[in-house]
Amino acid sequence: MFQSLQQRRWLLVCLWVLIVAAIVAAPAILPVFRLNLLGRFLSLAIVALGIDLIWGFTGLLSLGQGIFFALGGYAAAMYLQLSNAGDLPNGIPEFFGLYGVKELPFFWHPFASPWFTLVAIWLIPGVLAGVLGGLVFRNRIKGVYFSILTQAALLVFYNFFNGQQKLINGTNGLQTPATKLFDQYVGSDLMQRWFFWVTAVVVILIWALLRWVVRGRFGDVLIAIRDDEPRLRFAGYNPTLFKTLVFGLAGALAGIGGALYTVQSGSASPQFMEVPMSIDMVIWVAVGGRGTLVGAILGAVVINFAKSLVSEALPESWLFIQGGLFILVVTALPEGVIGWFRGEGPGNWLNRLGYCLNTLGNWLIRWGNALIRQSTAFPWLNYLGINTLGNWLIGCGHALNSVGIVRRIGTYPRLELEGQVEVQP
Amino acid sequence: MQLLFESLFNGVAIGSVLLMAALGLAIVFGLMGVINLAHGELIMLGAYTTYVVQLIFKLPALQPLYNCYVLVAIPLAFVVSGVVGILLERTVIRRLYGSPLETLLATWGVSLILQQFVRSVPMAYAAGLILALVSGFGLPLLLPSGWFAGARARLIRLGSWAFSAFLGVCLAGGLASQIDRIARADARNVDVTAPQWMRGGLEMAGMTFPVPRLVIIVMTVMAVVGVSWFLNRSVWGMRIRAVTQNRSMSDCLGIPTETVDVLTFGIGSGLAGVAGVAVSLLGSVGPNVGGSYIVGCFMVVVLGGVGNLYGTVLASFAIGVLTDLIGAGRLLSVWPDMPSPLASAVEFFATTSMAQVMVFALIVVFLQFRPAGLFPQKGRMVEA
Repeated sequence: MFQSLQQRRWLLVCLWVLIVAAIVAAPAILPVFRLNLLGRFLSLAIVALGIDLIWGFTGLLSLGQGIFFALGGYAAAMYLQLSNAGDLPNGIPEFFGLYGVKELPFFWHPFASPWFTLVAIWLIPGVLAGVLGGLVFRNRIKGVYFSILTQAALLVFYNFFNGQQKLINGTNGLQTPATKLFDQYVGSDLMQRWFFWVTAVVVILIWALLRWVVRGRFGDVLIAIRDDEPRLRFAGYNPTLFKTLVFGLAGALAGIGGALYTVQSGSASPQFMEVPMSIDMVIWVAVGGRGTLVGAILGAVVINFAKSLVSEALPESWLFIQGGLFILVVTALPEGVIGWFRGEGPGNWLNRLGYCLNTLGNWLIRWGNALIRQSTAFPWLNYLGINTLGNWLIGCGHALNSVGIVRRIGTYPRLELEGQVEVQP
Repeated sequence: MQLLFESLFNGVAIGSVLLMAALGLAIVFGLMGVINLAHGELIMLGAYTTYVVQLIFKLPALQPLYNCYVLVAIPLAFVVSGVVGILLERTVIRRLYGSPLETLLATWGVSLILQQFVRSVPMAYAAGLILALVSGFGLPLLLPSGWFAGARARLIRLGSWAFSAFLGVCLAGGLASQIDRIARADARNVDVTAPQWMRGGLEMAGMTFPVPRLVIIVMTVMAVVGVSWFLNRSVWGMRIRAVTQNRSMSDCLGIPTETVDVLTFGIGSGLAGVAGVAVSLLGSVGPNVGGSYIVGCFMVVVLGGVGNLYGTVLASFAIGVLTDLIGAGRLLSVWPDMPSPLASAVEFFATTSMAQVMVFALIVVFLQFRPAGLFPQKGRMVEA
């Protein structure tokens, strides 16, 4: 027992060393384009972690994370635009000139400060998510109604950001590559490399934070909300408060992800708030495995890489693949890939394999016995080597049996809990 | 007075399109509790059906009947969307009853597939495929049921599907050879031209009413009356309501609940197809046309209260009138000497998209006071 723990610890240390080495070495190995993509997908993984927290652990399916993602992105882009606007006419970003705006809109002013921006990136989306969520949860609106309302809110924000040219450049969005940060162009290779490293570190930190959150008592409450909210309420807890908090936290994470995504992709635009984008975010978590933090990260990175590879090769077919993936995951693999691995998935497979081996072994033994019986009845058959063949078959059968048995013992029986049967309304 | 009336007409016109689109959703969502995000794509299929029917009626042989192609398109769109809906229910949704969030994601996947299907499959072949499906599902219902019992059942089933496939291939080949425009895949938007009698407007009391809008209003009224008659007066409607209220008890009393599921879903999807006919009369039709309606439809259903037809009607007209009121800046013309801060606020929201922003915000505020919509379902269920 102790030894296996030690072994596991060694494994963990090795894994971490590998991860750190991969992060440090990635810029040297990957071409600039791929590195940039990886950085972007890692920042999307932050959003996915937030969704995992509210959906996988708390059971709130939000289809509006794009709002918070975009807000974080806009906050970062506004700071970058402002900090480079000093030399321009009127001292305001260039695009305002196109619409004849002479004065900076009032809400832009605080974003001139880097410290305010660093706080705003997560605070504004977080607070907005908390307020919106609180309004909804207060009325005990939940389940699909919550999902629909978040989607409607997403559409509202999309229309608003898309239509306001004079405030935030409307549908064109805010571009960042030509702006400077620390005297370097944001779009330059050097900055992109640093952004990648920052993103990777932030992902790991947030993963650790969320792991701590969901493993503590707070996480227990979240899981209780997901599994049986009325019972939690009867036990004296106030689910509204917890839901609001956790939705705010997910919003803040989406904001951080959005800011990191924006500086790496080069623009913050209302496209972040399109309906498909937000549903995509959910499906990364679903494929990776909801309720598992690693699953969210892996899902976001792997699916996005698959998307970019498939779109490069066969641009037509990605929607088919994506739609098929949705249906497949939801119907056949509801726990996601990681959840399947952790759950009974591989155990079941091994079990089945062991069963097959057992059956095959028994068959071989029976055949071997039959052959030997024949050879004792008709001694001349021995000259044909039937006896040896029979013995050999029996040996094989026993070997297969033992392999099968070992495999079957290796999978411990799982406690079957009756799932709560939901009744149609 | 005239201004008010015009505004009201516009609002009702917007609302009736919304109602048409939301009616099917109200049935599927309200009665079955299924979130169907592919509803918008079923509307799109209806719109494309109209387009194909219109092209068929442009053929020389059918040219004299061109004026009434809409009348043919309506039942066809109903059947096309209904069959696709039934297929969807049979293959995907029935596995997910009781878990609405999973249904939502799976149907979103279906909607993506349908969008790409319309982009990359030529209309002619799609029409053939759908004819094959309709006939494949329909033949067992039409042929004497005795044929489908006994030893040869499997053979006859196979034969009927082969016959259906043959029909589909014939239709696809025929359409592809006769009509050039649908023989190739085309991702661009297409336009449905209204027949002669539907163009222009009707002059009445100094106002002009656009005829397509009037036609849509008439269609909507007929659809609502038909649906409410079906649900409240017909035998199957009663069964549907029974299953909605208590599935297991209905099952015990001998109601075939699976058939009821199929029927409900098929009718809801079919109504989406009819809505597609209406949508195609208003503007150009593209693979993304469904997406612009789906959120509005859900808002109507949530605002109206789930499982309530009158709530749906009232909610969609309320949203329509409000959208017109805000989007066209009517308040300003009704009350010209409004104080300037208020006037600038009204102007700020006086575009179509900003009106949507305002209306959704109002809905969310409304739901703060009436969380279950205009007409909540009464019951003694403990609200969890």
